[in-house]
Amino acid sequence: MTVAEPITAAVLQKLVAEFLAAHDPRAAADGGARLDFLRARFDAGLAWIHYPPGLGGLGAPRALQPVVDAEFAAAGAPDNRPGWNAIGLGMAAPTILRHGTDEQKHRFLRPLWTGEEIWCQLFSEPGAGSDLAGLGTRAVRDGDDWIINGQKVWTSLAHIARWAILVTRHDPNLPKHEGMTYFILDMHAPGVEVRPLRQITGESEFNEVFLTDVRLPDSLRLGAVGEGWTVARSTLMNERVSIGGGAIPREGGAIGVLANLWRDRPDVRTPGRHDDVMRAWVDAEAARLTATRFRQQLAAGEVGPDGSAVKLTFATLMQRIAGLELEMRGEESLRHEDWDLGRGRDVPFLNRIAGYRYLRSKGNSIEGGTSEILRNIISERVLGLPSEPRSDKDIPWKDLPR
Amino acid sequence: MTAAADLLYDETDEELRGNLRGMLSERSPWSKVLARVESPETCDSKLRAVLAGEMGLAGLAVPEELGGAGATWRQVAVVLEELGRAVAPVPYLGSAVIATRALLHCGERDLLAELASGRQCAALAVPFSAMAGTVTPSVSADGDALTGTVTSVADALIADVLLVPTADALYAVSAADATRTSVVSLDMTRQLCDVAFDGARARRIASGPAAVSAVTAALTTGAALLASEQVGVAQWCLDTTVEYLKTRYQFGRQVGSFQALKHRLADLWTRITQARAVARYAAARAADAAARAADAADAAVPGASVDAERSVDAQQEEAIAAALAQAYCSDAAVLAAEECVQLHGGIGFTWEHPAHLYLKRAKSSAIALGTPDRQRAALARMVDVPAA
Repeated sequence: MTVAEPITAAVLQKLVAEFLAAHDPRAAADGGARLDFLRARFDAGLAWIHYPPGLGGLGAPRALQPVVDAEFAAAGAPDNRPGWNAIGLGMAAPTILRHGTDEQKHRFLRPLWTGEEIWCQLFSEPGAGSDLAGLGTRAVRDGDDWIINGQKVWTSLAHIARWAILVTRHDPNLPKHEGMTYFILDMHAPGVEVRPLRQITGESEFNEVFLTDVRLPDSLRLGAVGEGWTVARSTLMNERVSIGGGAIPREGGAIGVLANLWRDRPDVRTPGRHDDVMRAWVDAEAARLTATRFRQQLAAGEVGPDGSAVKLTFATLMQRIAGLELEMRGEESLRHEDWDLGRGRDVPFLNRIAGYRYLRSKGNSIEGGTSEILRNIISERVLGLPSEPRSDKDIPWKDLPR
Repeated sequence: MTAAADLLYDETDEELRGNLRGMLSERSPWSKVLARVESPETCDSKLRAVLAGEMGLAGLAVPEELGGAGATWRQVAVVLEELGRAVAPVPYLGSAVIATRALLHCGERDLLAELASGRQCAALAVPFSAMAGTVTPSVSADGDALTGTVTSVADALIADVLLVPTADALYAVSAADATRTSVVSLDMTRQLCDVAFDGARARRIASGPAAVSAVTAALTTGAALLASEQVGVAQWCLDTTVEYLKTRYQFGRQVGSFQALKHRLADLWTRITQARAVARYAAARAADAAARAADAADAAVPGASVDAERSVDAQQEEAIAAALAQAYCSDAAVLAAEECVQLHGGIGFTWEHPAHLYLKRAKSSAIALGTPDRQRAALARMVDVPAA
């Protein structure tokens, strides 16, 4: 293939076919052979095709990725288990690609994509949630190293992660947004302690991470000293894009569980609940069509703000539907399965009992940006309304009330 | 099942929108609309003529061989968004959508050509609140003479032809042969009238089940497309309120900087974003159902049953999409208009500010063609969520 040739679906299909001819997908079912296969796919530029050549891609349009994935899936090839490394693939990788040094890109992106190395995100702190830029985890320069001290929270995957993306405060004398620096953290370094954080479901999907005199080489800094906020913002942009979700059919989500409960169990039906169910059905179908339209916009290269509407509505709807189902089930909802501390089960969300879904969905309007922060973002960035007057932007971080 | 629906606008849609918005802001600014609702002639016949003649929009969804523009209901939906945004006092929904859909169903070539050219306009003589599948005809036929009264008919005051359902047929009647009494309407930008027939000479255009299905198709497509008008109404209310809150100062700051108001507008924007997706879906399904019906009508003997089956599927999906659209977009438009009045404060409660035109349009449109509650009940039957 010459450089000038435009990369079309047909070109990609041909490249995948050539690759599969040279690498038998059937022989790559497990273990080392599976990894070798994935590494070879990365090296052939067929991993994430919109990445540059040499870093797992071909500089091809992102919209054509499904073509490549479908070809590999049809051949029965192993995938990189994207669900297991969502933070790595969705947030760390694009941040490293955009802000990392060549050395960092070549060191980290390949084992990230293949799933050999799992990533987590050390952003939120007990004292810095919605106001992320208020964070206080300190990074102090020590020769060619940095010494990190602080506490992070709501860290999914920290207990299995090899690496983390980390935002710190290197200078408390600067205003909050200016005194931040971004790092890649070695989760195996001495002084990194991970503890499970138990949530209202009794389970623990998340962790607290305590950082005590953790020593990091300066080569793990991502972006310039003082650029932490800019880099963190580009990470969070990717979070909002990745929450868009995949296509689902009508009644494919929680509303399907509710509608089927209504259909299968005449004993749960009351006239008042009928309209509640239909209102929820209408809103769920509207949300589904909005998500579909958002995906069509992305595929057409229109980067619109509709994704915020999708996330905001999804959170409210999940909570409403689960709450309604819990009431409809009456007595059986008064009984719960167990409150045991566990790491979350390998059971699809919709197959869990209503009580679990009711409680878990309470997190939907908090995680990944609270609904209140989303409303600020929509009103300021989409509608162009002025921000609330602020007193925290121009004074040194150390002087902020807390 | 029918193919996935494209919910976006294309370049033609955007060009159409731009032209129409420019024309409407010049010829029908809200100040003129406000003045007109208190004049004897509430319908803007000159504006109607521009839309039909200069812009060629009256026959947008009519096939070219029948004298139309050969576009689809998707483009008609864009026209309705802009007409809603301007609360334009023209009978476009009644004539170019509802009556046109009925005539397409009946294969009324000559009348369609009249409507498409803009020489005439027509209205379906049913109460504006009537929902597809629930029309009880109040007019009876004796031979080719009609007698009876239909109340609260929309877009009929200016119509040349009335399409009148009876118990077992659908008739076309020259409006001159009926007595029309204008009604003081909640929404004077779409003034209603009562229509009385006293032995009026009529021409039968469909009989039996074909007549029933013509009325159902007309009201279903009407409901599907009204959703886009509602999106236009809602978007104007949001845009206008946002602009106002940027310029209004109280307590020494822009009112729009208070989170208590910003969050309400963010929620409204979210609701309208969803309403738009739902309305685009309904328009796409209306277009699909019309195309399938045309295929089935054209089909020669081989494969005809497949086309007929596809046509039935497409009609069912249009009916679901239309009920969904009315259930969702009606409430969205009413909320937008109510928020517009409230967030404008005192000025929003005055006659001199246009907010009330939008509130009245939004609330009457929510009742039109089936209230959200009735639409949800119909939807429940269609998607198998039986009543308690």
